[in-house]
Amino acid sequence: MTVLSVSNLTCRHGLLTAVRDIDLSLARGEVLSIIGANGAGKTTLLRSIAGVHPVAQGRIALNGEDVTRLRAFERVRRGIAMSPEGRRLFYDLTVADNLRIASENARPGPWSTARVMDTFPQLGPLVHLPAGKLSGGQRQAVAIARALLSNPDVILLDEVSLGLSPAAVEGVYQSLATVRAAGDMAIILVEQDLNRALAFADRILCMAEGRAELQGAPSDFTRAQISDAYFGIHRQEAAHG
Amino acid sequence: MADAFVQALVQGTLLGGYYAIVAVGLSLMVGVVRFINLAHGDMAVLGALIVIALTQAVGLPVGLAIAVTLPVMAALGWIMHAVLFERAMRGGFLLPILVTIGLGAALQNGMFGLWGSNTRSLGADIGGLSWASWSLPAGILVGQLPVLIFACAVVVIGALHLMLRATRLGRAIKATATDPEAAELCGVDARRAQRAASAIAVSLAALAGVFLAMRGQVTPYSGPAQLIFAFEAVVIGGLGSIWGTLIGGIILGISQSLGGLISNQAALLAGHLVFLTVLMARLAQGWRAGHGGWRVALRAALTGRGITARQGQTTAWKGKRT
Repeated sequence: MTVLSVSNLTCRHGLLTAVRDIDLSLARGEVLSIIGANGAGKTTLLRSIAGVHPVAQGRIALNGEDVTRLRAFERVRRGIAMSPEGRRLFYDLTVADNLRIASENARPGPWSTARVMDTFPQLGPLVHLPAGKLSGGQRQAVAIARALLSNPDVILLDEVSLGLSPAAVEGVYQSLATVRAAGDMAIILVEQDLNRALAFADRILCMAEGRAELQGAPSDFTRAQISDAYFGIHRQEAAHG
Repeated sequence: MADAFVQALVQGTLLGGYYAIVAVGLSLMVGVVRFINLAHGDMAVLGALIVIALTQAVGLPVGLAIAVTLPVMAALGWIMHAVLFERAMRGGFLLPILVTIGLGAALQNGMFGLWGSNTRSLGADIGGLSWASWSLPAGILVGQLPVLIFACAVVVIGALHLMLRATRLGRAIKATATDPEAAELCGVDARRAQRAASAIAVSLAALAGVFLAMRGQVTPYSGPAQLIFAFEAVVIGGLGSIWGTLIGGIILGISQSLGGLISNQAALLAGHLVFLTVLMARLAQGWRAGHGGWRVALRAALTGRGITARQGQTTAWKGKRT
């Protein structure tokens, strides 16, 4: 059953069209990796689905309900959560307060603080520390935990591995594997690490210049096709005759 | 001379309680909502004049008049934020300043139209409290009203501190203060949190206005002077620090009282000089430590927070913000 449906979505940054006519749909338990070069429109697409970037045109539906005009907090309460690029924790507050803010504004569901702590065991000893004192990997874990606590139907994870050490990335992906195995939500992942993005996804969406260049299962495409789409090569060739 | 000095210290400390109440709302607005309300002093006077009208024209007891006025002023703060401040905030740095200057002028002239320009006071309505005092050893006199105002300041600031730390609304307000977009992504209605902060700030301004009218007299044009005192207390105590406003208020009050030992004019001047000294010291510190230019240095000076040289970001050096 389709949880999230995005139709004909267009978003702008001023005069620049950052996302053009994107269509996608996602079922519960499915993982979609969005890949593309810098400036391809991946983060803007995620932010517009989350409700923190205005939609110029198109429709976003969650469980059949049109949420296009809803504000971000209203979408969270209906089932769209996001771990944003840069983590965006409340750095003056403790880890416990960061999690509490998410849980006390959450809708009911299976993700409790205890379950989140089981999924991210590294957070256990850190709960009373200010979030600003954490390492990058620990911050990412808090950001994802915070998103999970809202009990989403769709979780949006932006630049999960950006700026993290290999060991931290490994730890975060192990926890994400646990989340995925629960199968109770759809996951959209924006990831610069192409190998991880392909390995973790059921489907990929490759974007270039705001457009969808490729969409399908990773096994449907050769590595060369993905690379060409990643850099928008055939579009450039068409443009130059 | 020593007795006069001690007396000035005591009076200054108690005066700091009043400054803390008028400043704490401003601090909440700037620290949480990131909005400088230049009509804050006029809100205080409006609250005072409403209480005076309810007491002297309608005949309500002072306590009941205050109990009626504070929620009304809170509602006014909520509505003003929803109708005026939110739109002004979307217009960049300058628009909120222009809007609140205009709001202040409109309030002053509106109050003048309603109540005229006569000085008004609640002194006669609170009986002996306005002049009663306790005698301490060494001939020191402590006014009962200033003690009441100081105690009220401690209770109000303590309650605000607890609210911000231990309630859902308080956490929502703090999260919104840190990052409104991230707060919304956690399910917090950031606009509602900011409106609630505005409502609290305006009702606290009104409470300060009531105490001002109890201590002395108010006119529709008393607001800008209160804004200056509030701003000085906030900056001395560290912008956005709730308990800092009490410290800032006490420092300002003591400065004025000690200045008053020299002359009446020196009282106000001493307060302004201490404010400028603190501001300049912090500016110099921010300028030495940071590479973010004058904006970063000014932010550090206002907030009382140091600067990490590498990132140009402010970092706490005076303890945690509340």
